[in-house]
Amino acid sequence: MFTCLLYVVTGVLLFLSYRKDRNKTKMSLKKAWKAFENILPQFLGIILLIGMLLAFLNPEVIAALIGGQSGWQGMLVASIIGSITLIPGFVAFPLASALLKSGAGFMQIAVFISTLMMVGIVTMPVEMATFGKKATFVRNGLAFAFSFFVAWVIGWVL
Amino acid sequence: MKKMLLRYKVFLVLLVVNLSLLFLFPAIGIESFRLTGQNLLEMLAILPPIFILLGMLDVWVPRETLIRMMGDGSGFRGIALAFLLGSAAAGPLYAAFPIAIVLLRKGAGLRNVLIFIGAWSTTKIPMLLFELGSMGWKFTLTRFVVNLLGIGVIAYLTERLMKPEEKDAVLTNAQAQDVH
Repeated sequence: MFTCLLYVVTGVLLFLSYRKDRNKTKMSLKKAWKAFENILPQFLGIILLIGMLLAFLNPEVIAALIGGQSGWQGMLVASIIGSITLIPGFVAFPLASALLKSGAGFMQIAVFISTLMMVGIVTMPVEMATFGKKATFVRNGLAFAFSFFVAWVIGWVL
Repeated sequence: MKKMLLRYKVFLVLLVVNLSLLFLFPAIGIESFRLTGQNLLEMLAILPPIFILLGMLDVWVPRETLIRMMGDGSGFRGIALAFLLGSAAAGPLYAAFPIAIVLLRKGAGLRNVLIFIGAWSTTKIPMLLFELGSMGWKFTLTRFVVNLLGIGVIAYLTERLMKPEEKDAVLTNAQAQDVH
């Protein structure tokens, strides 16, 4: 649905751009292609790596790892799995809600979702190519620590 | 040709690893290729509009405008715009980095670009709707509010911890990736 909307918006803007200035539109498509081509090797690498990771760490394995643990230990396991994997939202959230039903705590789930989204070990090479090593390590490190804070607040509120 | 091989070196190594998995542990190897194929299709579906928008942003928005709206002196408006841009996004986090490069090149402040990355990673609207559906409003709302603050704090601290020459290196790198 959202993807569809994105295509419509892009299409309309591209049409307006073409009406206004043909050369600039050509230039923007050239830049789009160049930016894509520039990052394509890393994209393909990331996708292969995620495929392999998730073949080992499939939803059942993740459920066994997170669901069976509790307290701090469980949160630590959840945070590590969340940091190294990269699961799309439409898989991650149903998984999280299934984990809750099978007995995992809200805090483990919160730290899992939070690290899953904010900490990206697999995508670090692309991040470093953009922001450099230092900023990448600092941002991911802070996001990792912050995920525990999020879990703590969730545990307090719910 | 040699240059091409060098660029795709990591990808090729991973491909060989994956192929050997196929022989050593066929079940895992097949599953891995299935997931890779599925992810690849999804990526190919969402990336074209993202990169075309990136190209149009680069060509049509003048540097002066972007500096005024998201530069170091843009204050609250710059922060809010960075949040909105990141939250209105779709697609995986790694697609945000090429856009971050364009924003940096056009004069957006580093802190605001980091806020954009933070928002893209956790407060994307399509993702929030998903979260609401599976985790309920209390969980989603709490996480959203804490994240709003957290994204700002993480961006602020990351920028503060960088030395001026490290920031310059990031900007120089962004400039170097321009196409004429």
